[in-house]
Amino acid sequence: MVLSSMFLFLASLFILAAGAALSLIPVSGKGGGHGSILAAAGSGLAAFSAILSLFGGGWDRSWPWSIPMGSIHIGMDGLSAFFVVPIAAISSLAAVYGRGYLKEEGDGRRASGSWFFYNILILSMLLVVCARSGLLFLVAWELMSLSSFFLVMFHREKEEVVRAGLTYLVATHLGTALLLVMFLLLDRGGMEFSRFGLEGGSAAVVFVLAVAGFGTKAGLIPMHVWLPEAHPAAPSHVSAVMSGVMIKTGIYGILRVLTFLGPPLPWWGWLLLLTGAVSGILGVLFALAQHDLKRLLAYHSVENIGIITLGLGSGILGLSFGSTAIAVLGLGGGLLHVVNHAVFKSLLFMGAGSVAHAAGTLKIDRMGGLLRRMPMTGGTFLAGSAAISGLPPLNGFVSEFLIFCAGFTAVVSRGPLLPAGAVAIASLALIGGLASACFTKAFGIIFLGEPRTQRVSGSRESSKAMVVPMVILAGLCMVLGLAAPWLFPFLAPALSALLPEGFAVELPGWAAESLQGVAGLGGVLIFLVLVLVLFRAFLLKGRGVRRSDTWGCGYLAPNPRMQYTASSYAWPTVNMFRMFLRPVRVVEDPEGFLPASAALKSHTPDVFLEGFYVPLFLWVRRAASLLRWMHQGQTHYYVLYIALTALVFLAWRLW
Amino acid sequence: MASLINALSMLLILTNFRLLGASRLGSCIQTVAIQAVLLGLLPVLANPQMPVRAMLVLAGMTFVKAVVLPTLVRRSAREVQVRGEIEPLIGFTLSLLAGVGMLGVGIAASRRMALSAQYASPLLVAVAIFTILTGIFLIVARKKAITQVLGYLVMENGIYSFGMAYAVHETFLVEMGILLDVWALVFIMGIAIHDIHSAFDHIDTDRLSTLKE
Repeated sequence: MVLSSMFLFLASLFILAAGAALSLIPVSGKGGGHGSILAAAGSGLAAFSAILSLFGGGWDRSWPWSIPMGSIHIGMDGLSAFFVVPIAAISSLAAVYGRGYLKEEGDGRRASGSWFFYNILILSMLLVVCARSGLLFLVAWELMSLSSFFLVMFHREKEEVVRAGLTYLVATHLGTALLLVMFLLLDRGGMEFSRFGLEGGSAAVVFVLAVAGFGTKAGLIPMHVWLPEAHPAAPSHVSAVMSGVMIKTGIYGILRVLTFLGPPLPWWGWLLLLTGAVSGILGVLFALAQHDLKRLLAYHSVENIGIITLGLGSGILGLSFGSTAIAVLGLGGGLLHVVNHAVFKSLLFMGAGSVAHAAGTLKIDRMGGLLRRMPMTGGTFLAGSAAISGLPPLNGFVSEFLIFCAGFTAVVSRGPLLPAGAVAIASLALIGGLASACFTKAFGIIFLGEPRTQRVSGSRESSKAMVVPMVILAGLCMVLGLAAPWLFPFLAPALSALLPEGFAVELPGWAAESLQGVAGLGGVLIFLVLVLVLFRAFLLKGRGVRRSDTWGCGYLAPNPRMQYTASSYAWPTVNMFRMFLRPVRVVEDPEGFLPASAALKSHTPDVFLEGFYVPLFLWVRRAASLLRWMHQGQTHYYVLYIALTALVFLAWRLW
Repeated sequence: MASLINALSMLLILTNFRLLGASRLGSCIQTVAIQAVLLGLLPVLANPQMPVRAMLVLAGMTFVKAVVLPTLVRRSAREVQVRGEIEPLIGFTLSLLAGVGMLGVGIAASRRMALSAQYASPLLVAVAIFTILTGIFLIVARKKAITQVLGYLVMENGIYSFGMAYAVHETFLVEMGILLDVWALVFIMGIAIHDIHSAFDHIDTDRLSTLKE
């Protein structure tokens, strides 16, 4: 079992490498040749190998590497396997979807090149979560960043895509720089994970570096600024993979580093809890204020990473105060949300891609009435929306429920964790409510009502290659939601890798019971809906159904422009939180008795980008331009600089 | 033996000063060749019971440095028809004064370094550092691309003598590696100089600044 898991995993890496190599051979087909097929097959195999290892136990294998401090040391324990499953499964489905998606883009050569990077991206993500030596980890991490950068740059002829790609490149490398320092601090010879270990003050430094460095990849506020730029720019299957699973490698990194550091201190938990709460709340608020569908989804990734971090933070607080129940519930909820978010977020990004191809735009306010034209996309998008809003009986609810349970346990215990529980409960509740508001907006404006443009009204359902993965993911949302009480065995190996020896890895009985109750109620709910649908069909049998415009409201000559817009739907909430969001609104009021024109424009820039990063980098540029006189363009001077540097070092060593 | 080594070191110092003060390209190339011969003699004097194989390697390396590379440089200089004068960015008098300063730096640094090899003299370390600095100085302070090649050769000589002051047998190993680099460098420079010449009609590196971004 163990051997076969390792064998399958290595085989999947090999298939992905072969897929990358094959993609380099130009093919005439529009979808981009065999790269996508091998990507789907290889990652499917990897998912299977990880499931085998979850039940059959982990493995560990090392090969020598002719690089100083390097060894090709990979292994699969509970934590790695737990992350490999969603990474590989989502990548596989996204590869199928991407084949259809890129076919519609219609540039075979470019698609072929993009499958090269896609295969590399999956390969490197798998290596990141299975690496057991620091150097291999960093190499894989860098490969992952670079390949995803090239994937984002698919439409490199567009200026905003280039801008987004560069923002991502800079952000991810700043994060990697922090990680490099962190690994150097952790290193106790050979860069082997098994020998890492720190206590005391430097452990705290390492933890903060890990949260900042990995948090950049994960998209925690305030390091999230690349997310809303990069995700809209990338092709949809790439956004699905990046947002669904790639950013989770950041979460994996934080957890893996925690296993090196010994018993966590309370303030680590508080740091994660508060960062998570802030990311969650601000993420969903910014999402609410967006007009671009994929930008909205990107901010929701920030929100969900916030929820995950919130759960992990409460779990770690539970650990440091010795409360098994809180630790298991918090960490378990956070981990489960990793999987759940991977499922529904990739579903939503795929839906966004279908919609974008149909409508020719990502502007929510230019769509409308798509449900009738794209029933499959619309239905699955609805399922994803309900799941991300944390509504039962779908999967988003289950993981948030576990985190809620952790919070309530903390509050009921009346111990030192009471404020932490209160923070977790309050912010989760707020996030859930706002997320529902956001997705009623998105779904309502995109899919309901009447088309707002000619192109939208003529749109049709996407191809099978795109629809089938979405249906599978929507089904998974349902299954994961209903099967929640039986999911714990999947979580247990990952949890036992995180919890110190002696912690019992099992759900508290009452929590398990209420999960069963939730699942049962979910089943009843679905049954009731089915009954109602059948009843409706029965009532309508033999009667004529007349279709009319939505929101007809008795107007004589209704017009799509009379419809409610996304901006106006969101405005009351956005206005309520304008202190944080700082929306910009330009109003041109109608004037006189017979006004000729009036206009309203609103947009919400990212406060952190505009208020912090842009000034910071402008300052860096000004500071750097002070050194421009050194840049003469003559070889003499450059040799002189090198010589002087060498002399300074010589003098420094000698005196 | 020590007095012979010291005498050779003094000669090396003199060649460096000649490089700094020479105004003709031809004499510069000649000096580099002489320097190579001196450096070839050094290990033989220091260790007369040298194995034959090491002797052969040494002879080969000296031949390359004293005959082959200078010939190549001379030929590429002739091919692109550079005038015989060296065009200094820093005048010859000032260069010689700078040479005195660099020698001072070398001596000061050599005092600070602990020596391990049995036959090395502190003077040799000082000369080695001086030679390296001279090479860099030639690269920085002379206009023509060809003088820059010479600068690299001189720097290589310096690194070689530095290695000799510290190691006994490994020095050839290091030397061969560097020699390979310099060999490649001379070839590439020869081609590049030729191309630059045909493209720009001159090989003054200080006028190539238009290539910067």
